Amino acid sequence: MSLRGLCLVLLVTAALASPATSQSRTVILSTTTSTQDSGLLDLLVPMFEKKSGMSMKTISVGTGQALALAARGEADVTLAHAPELERRYVAEGRMLNRRLVMYNDFVIIGPEDDPARIKGMAKAVEALKRIAETQSRFVSRGDKSGTHILEQGLWRQAGIEPRGAWYIESGQGMGQTLGIANDRRAYILGDRGTWLAFQKRVSLPILVEKDPLLLNIYSVMEVNPANGPRVNAAGGKAFADFMLAPETQAVIRTFGVDKYGQPLFVPIAGKSDANFR
Amino acid sequence: MELIWQGFLQALTLLVGGDSHVWQITWLSLRVSATATLLSLVFGVPLGTALALTRFPGRGFVVSLINTGMGLPPVVVGLFVTIVLWRNGVLGGLELLYTPTAMILAQLVIAAPIVTGLTLAAIQQVPERFRLQLLALGASRAQLVWTLLKEARLPMLAAVMAGFGAVISEVGASLMVGGNIKGSTRVLTTATVLETGKGNFDTAIALSLILLLLMFLVNWALTWIQQGRRA
Repeated sequence: MSLRGLCLVLLVTAALASPATSQSRTVILSTTTSTQDSGLLDLLVPMFEKKSGMSMKTISVGTGQALALAARGEADVTLAHAPELERRYVAEGRMLNRRLVMYNDFVIIGPEDDPARIKGMAKAVEALKRIAETQSRFVSRGDKSGTHILEQGLWRQAGIEPRGAWYIESGQGMGQTLGIANDRRAYILGDRGTWLAFQKRVSLPILVEKDPLLLNIYSVMEVNPANGPRVNAAGGKAFADFMLAPETQAVIRTFGVDKYGQPLFVPIAGKSDANFR
Repeated sequence: MELIWQGFLQALTLLVGGDSHVWQITWLSLRVSATATLLSLVFGVPLGTALALTRFPGRGFVVSLINTGMGLPPVVVGLFVTIVLWRNGVLGGLELLYTPTAMILAQLVIAAPIVTGLTLAAIQQVPERFRLQLLALGASRAQLVWTLLKEARLPMLAAVMAGFGAVISEVGASLMVGGNIKGSTRVLTTATVLETGKGNFDTAIALSLILLLLMFLVNWALTWIQQGRRA
């Protein structure tokens, strides 16, 4: 009985195993957690697959890692939001044809009782200074993501090196980190899209917004085929072109309206960095 | 408490209502982990048996290595399998990264030492005298091994359960080598992490309960085989 039973188990499991599907028409997109967490890619990726006949694998990590993977040739196209870092990769020739896709904005979110009294301040840098002075709890992504890179830039401008028990580094994605800030009643710099998408989980209000420094610009870049032996350059370009196509930009323009009463992103195909200085 | 009850209700709705996405990730969890467990038997049972029945210098060291491997951290396995499967990696040409096959491979690495270690222990617990008796009765080497495996079948099935339990419940390796891609490499554990992060606690609880139910059903079937008519 038992041995026959064991054979049965083996047969069943063998039947469960099926061969891997072909990879030749696959495009790997390395991107940020915010595009994934907001739900935008769940909408755009199937659109792209239908239109191009290719299948897409979306790897959502922090912008730093997304670019590092691309630079090693482990992805074919990257959608990121750290303009300064992106320009460096382009200058080094590891990423090609950087084009702006859309923007939304970063906001400083924090506890309702606002111990650092930053509510309504116009300058994000001044707000951070006050958070540091009052040693109010602040949660940072701490993961080299686009959000983290922007946050570090703001601290630099404030002339502060954030350190101490009040400064918490989560090392996790935007959504997870918002959750931590919510539970610890802490301040946090995050993007508006994820904040809106996480209303169910996060009750912290926006305290500082609309500072030009808080603009959050997303770009798409193709991976230089020289980065690795198996980069699907044509597939990467197809997705980059798709992101800038008028139909896709129209979808981005209205994405989120049905759910949040306001769009999460503003499409900006054809614009350049100079338009946002 | 109310949250767990809501999750329970949602699990029922998702399962009975036939939510195609949930069925798909449940099926993938089962397919990946069952395949990995099967393959781990192919490697682990012969290796464990051979180690149990032979004596050679350095055997103690090898056995210690396998016993350490029984507790391999899934994230460590995930990291190394990722590096090997990278396009620039040793097996990059296979283009396996971010596929269910990559997840099977990582889970195989996790399960194989468990199956090997427990097989080794199972065969060794068969009394030495029994083995000598078989040889005295003129059993061939193949007959000896087959009889020993039959004799050790109860603990061997426990090895299968332990291996399967380890891989279906791990999240670190699946997340790294699979990428948690919707409709392709998302399994119950990685989906639970994602939904928790999103704040969809009811969905996360529902997925956890489905995972527990799946584990129970598989172990129930294995126990039924193990205990035979005595169950």
